[in-house]
Amino acid sequence: MGTFIARRLLYSIPVLVAATMLVFFGMTAVTDPISQIRLIPNVSQSTIDNIIERKHLDEPIIAQYGFWVKDVFVNQFGNTALGDQPIWPDLSRAIGNTLQLVFVSELIAVVLAVFLGVFSAKKQYSFFDYATTTISFFGFSVPIFWFALILQALATAFFLKTGIRLVYTFGQSSFAPENAFLDRIQHMVLPVVTLSYVSIATYSRYQRASMLEVLHSDYVRTARAKGVKERVVTLKHALRNAMIPVVTIAALSFGAVLGGAVITETIFAWPGMGKLFIDALNRGEVFTLMAWLMVTAVAVIFANLIADIVYGWLDPRIRYD
Amino acid sequence: MTDQKTPQDEALEAAQTQLALDSVRLEGLEIETLTQWQLARRKFFQHKLAMTSLVILVFVFTAAMLADWIAPYGFAQPDVPNRSQPPTFENSHFFGTDKIGRDYFSRTLYGTRTSVYVAFIVAGLSTAIGAVIGGIAGYYGGAVDNILMRITDLFLTIPFLAILLVLSAFLGAGSPLRVAIILGLLFWTGLARIVRGEFLSLREKEFVEAAKVLGASDKRIIFRHILPNTMGPIIVNATLTVAAAILVEAALSFLGFGVQPPFPALGVLIAEGQDSLTTLWWLATFPGLTIVLIALCINFVGDGMRDAFDPKQRVK
Repeated sequence: MGTFIARRLLYSIPVLVAATMLVFFGMTAVTDPISQIRLIPNVSQSTIDNIIERKHLDEPIIAQYGFWVKDVFVNQFGNTALGDQPIWPDLSRAIGNTLQLVFVSELIAVVLAVFLGVFSAKKQYSFFDYATTTISFFGFSVPIFWFALILQALATAFFLKTGIRLVYTFGQSSFAPENAFLDRIQHMVLPVVTLSYVSIATYSRYQRASMLEVLHSDYVRTARAKGVKERVVTLKHALRNAMIPVVTIAALSFGAVLGGAVITETIFAWPGMGKLFIDALNRGEVFTLMAWLMVTAVAVIFANLIADIVYGWLDPRIRYD
Repeated sequence: MTDQKTPQDEALEAAQTQLALDSVRLEGLEIETLTQWQLARRKFFQHKLAMTSLVILVFVFTAAMLADWIAPYGFAQPDVPNRSQPPTFENSHFFGTDKIGRDYFSRTLYGTRTSVYVAFIVAGLSTAIGAVIGGIAGYYGGAVDNILMRITDLFLTIPFLAILLVLSAFLGAGSPLRVAIILGLLFWTGLARIVRGEFLSLREKEFVEAAKVLGASDKRIIFRHILPNTMGPIIVNATLTVAAAILVEAALSFLGFGVQPPFPALGVLIAEGQDSLTTLWWLATFPGLTIVLIALCINFVGDGMRDAFDPKQRVK
C-alpha cells in the first residue's frame, strides 16, 4: 500500500506540471493581464509599466511561465497584478470556507444517496423506488442557480410571514451572534441543501444501479443459501461492493462540486472560492484566477488519489503491485 | 479443429435462411424481420414516459421557434398600463409582467428560442468533435490514443464551469452563437470517451477485418463501417447534451458571462427577476420552470432512447 501511494504521488507530478502549463498557456491564449487593466480608466501608464516590470510581462512567454511557476511555489502564488496584494491570504481563507461547505454537503450527499440507492434497489419498482427516481431526475434537470433562488425566496417569505428566523439566506455569519455554532449552521443550511441535492441525484442513481447488479450476483445468492440473515447480506456482503462506483463518482465529481459551489456561493454570498472566482473574473485579475485554477487542479488530483486508495480498502481484490 | 466459419459456410447459411423464409412465405405466413433501427424505434414508441416527453418537447420547441408569431408581445415591448401584473389571462399576460410592463410569457418564449438554438448547436458541434476524436483514438490506439486521452484527462482536473467562465468572460461571449461555439468546443470529452470505448471493441470484429482485406482505407473503415455501429450511444449522448447545454448556458447567462442583453435568454430573465423574487415572484419562477420542463423531458427522452438501443431489453 505504501509503495502504491508513493507511486501514485510520483505519477501526480507530471499531471501537476501539465496542469500548470494548461492553466498558464490557456490563460495567456485567452487574455493577458495588462489588457484587462487597461480597461480601467483611472490606472496610469506608470502603474501599468510598473506591473509589466514586476510581472516580467515584457519577456518571452516561456520566461513568463518560469517566473509564474516560481511565484507559485516560492511566493505562495505571488501578488495580484493591480494593487500588488498577496493572493494567498484571501485565497486560503476562501478555501477554508468552501471546504466547510463542500465537506458537509458531500458527506450528507453520499450518506443519503447510499441509503436511497440501497433502499430503492431492495424495493425495486416500489412506490419509494419511483419517488426516488423522479426526485433524482428533477435533480438532473433543475438549474442549480434557480433552485438556490427559489430556496432563498421561500426562506425569506417564511421569515416575513412568521417572523421566525429558521435559516439565513445571505452570508456566512451574523454580526455578534449569541451562539456562533448555531448561527453558522443557520447560514449553512440553504447552500448545503442546494449543493447536496444535485449530488444526491447523481450518486443515488449509481448506488441503485450497482446495488441491483450486486444483489443479483452469485455470491449474494450463495450467502443467502447458506442462511445468512438478509440484513447482513445487504449491509455486509452486497453494500461493500456496491459502494465502489459511488466512491469513484463522488471523488471524480469533486471538480463539478467546486463548479456548483461557484454558483451557490454567488447566490448565498458565501465568502468562499466561488465568490472569489467570480469577483476575480469581474475584475479581470488574471493572477488570482490562475492561482484559483491551480488550487482546484491540485484538489482534484488529490481527490482522485483518495478514490484510488479507498478502492483498495473497499475491494481487496484490487492489487497495487 | 476449431469450428471457425469460412465465407463459403456463411454464404451457404444465408442461402438456407433465405430458402426457409421463402418457403414460409409460400405457405402464406409472414415473418417479420426487423432491422436494428426498426427495433429501437418500436421499443422507443412503447416507452410511455419518453413518448409523452417527446410530444411535450416538440410542442414547446415549435412554440419557441414560432415566437415571432405566437408571442402576444415583443421581447422588450412594455405594456405600460399593466405593470407588475401577476399571471393572468387578461391581455394574455399568462406569466405576468415586470415593473415596466414587459410581458413575461413573450419573454420566456423568446428566451426559450435562444436557449434551444444554443443547445442544438452545442449538441451538434460537440457530437461531431467527440465522435471524430473518440473514433480516431479508439481505432488507432497506441500513442494517438494515449495523447488524446491524457489531454481529456487533463481537462478533467479543472472544474468545467470554471474553464467555461474564463473563456466566455475573456473571449467576450454575449451573442448566442459565440456562447454556443465556446460550449460546443468544450462539451465533447464525454462522448469522445464513449466512442473510443466502442471503437476499441468494434475494431477487432470480423467485418472490420473483411473491410481491410477488401482494401478499404482507414477513413472509410472509420466512417462507413464502424461509426454507424456506434450510432446508438452517440444519439443518446447528443440528446442528453442538449439538456446539459441548456442548463450550463442558463447558468452562464445568469452569472452574466453567457448570452447577454439585448439577446433574450432564460438565464438572463431569471437574473433580472432575482431581485424582486419575494414581490414579483413570477418573473424568475416561470423562466426557471421552463428550463426544468425542457431539461426533464429531454432527460426522459434520452433515457427512453438508451433503453431502446439496449439489446438486453426486449420488445414486449
